[in-house]
Amino acid sequence: MAKIITKDLNLWYGSFHALKNINSGFEENRITAIIGPSGCGKSTMLRVFNRMNDLIEGVRTSGEVLVDDMNILGPQADLVRLRKKVGMVFQRPNPFPLSIYENIVFGEKIHAERVKKDKLDEIVEKSLKDVLLWDELKDRLNGSALRLSLEQKQRLCIARLIAVKTDVLLLDEPCSTREPQATARVEHLIRELKHKYTIIIVTHNMQQAARVSDDTGFMLLGELIEFGKTDVLFTAPRDKRTEDYITGRYG
Amino acid sequence: MERHVDQELNELNKSILAIGASAEEAIFKSIEALKNRDKEAARKVIEDDAAIDALELDIDEKCIDLIARYQPMAKDLRFITTGMKINAELERIADIAVDIAQRTLELVDKPILKPLIDIPKLTKVAQDMVKTAIDAFIKGDIAMAKKVLLTDSEADELRNIIQRELIEDYMEKDGTTAPRAVQLLLIARFLERICDHATNIAEDVIYMVQAEVVRHHPEKLK
Repeated sequence: MAKIITKDLNLWYGSFHALKNINSGFEENRITAIIGPSGCGKSTMLRVFNRMNDLIEGVRTSGEVLVDDMNILGPQADLVRLRKKVGMVFQRPNPFPLSIYENIVFGEKIHAERVKKDKLDEIVEKSLKDVLLWDELKDRLNGSALRLSLEQKQRLCIARLIAVKTDVLLLDEPCSTREPQATARVEHLIRELKHKYTIIIVTHNMQQAARVSDDTGFMLLGELIEFGKTDVLFTAPRDKRTEDYITGRYG
Repeated sequence: MERHVDQELNELNKSILAIGASAEEAIFKSIEALKNRDKEAARKVIEDDAAIDALELDIDEKCIDLIARYQPMAKDLRFITTGMKINAELERIADIAVDIAQRTLELVDKPILKPLIDIPKLTKVAQDMVKTAIDAFIKGDIAMAKKVLLTDSEADELRNIIQRELIEDYMEKDGTTAPRAVQLLLIARFLERICDHATNIAEDVIYMVQAEVVRHHPEKLK
């Protein structure tokens, strides 16, 4: 079932037309990768899904983005609920300057009035287990999150989303600066998480997109050129532009 | 935009052309040796197979190396994987030429059973099929690949004619002809196998160009 559907989605930054008539569907419990050259609109599209672009001045959209059949671009959209449901992890992980424990319960404390300590402990344990960090960090939960390694910070940021019971994980270049083993661990985590979440990942690393995703979309100059099963797209793309890009002929 | 990998893909193309030419030549020479009852020439076919085996290993290694270093996608990936498969088919074709040469060595010391008419015809069909299949690969030409697939029934028919003649006109009439007739029967069977390998190559070429699997799906060719 499609968790997120875009219908004739357009987005402008001032006069710059950044997304052009995007029609697509992102399935539940699948990993979808969006690939394309720099400036093609892939990160912009990702940010539409939890309305992060609202923070940029002069942004205008048309069309619809349905998350669980609700148009999140409409005036009635509840942004707090949306961002709880659709969470984003950035290229550079950004834990709060707090303890590991406080990072994870931060969202829960905002979204719920009063939560018992037992309940918070339970959330921390479950969230850290989900991102395969519990064994590493369970004895230093009060230590600063800023002292974690880059990879641990990234996992922590994912745990922070899991703690508020997010449904959709948006990952922007999750492994852009990793050595191969750390990349493999993050990719393993992403695959584990797909059983519970809808995952959309933006990457310029095609091999990663090919390895980790079930579906792939290729974007160019604001258009979604091709969208389909990853194994088909990387072996037998339909569009010449996709072919040129993934074989390194673009440019 | 010319990519670094293009140069290496071109080299792979050339190597496959080379093994293809060698395999085709081996078929031709093995049948020439049979026609001319030339033991020396038959032995040469057997001897020359080592070079073809070495070339096969070279090409295989080159393909694996390309995959490891470039992680090719799409058209490039299909070209390299098809190249690997075709490489194996061509090596197998050369092995069959060796089989024919070995049968020839068995036959040349015995009196001639019959003049060879249909076996050279079948050889020509096999050789043409192999040549066209390799050309189809080198040029990425679907029409040529389909032509190979259509010719395969011609090869089957010729093989049946040869088989019927050898059994009905020789083996059934005079049992003493059996040792020689069986050798010729085997040779006809070998030639038909070569045509089957050419068919496989043609099917692989269609996958390479169109990304469509026609192997085991004859209905897709219509």
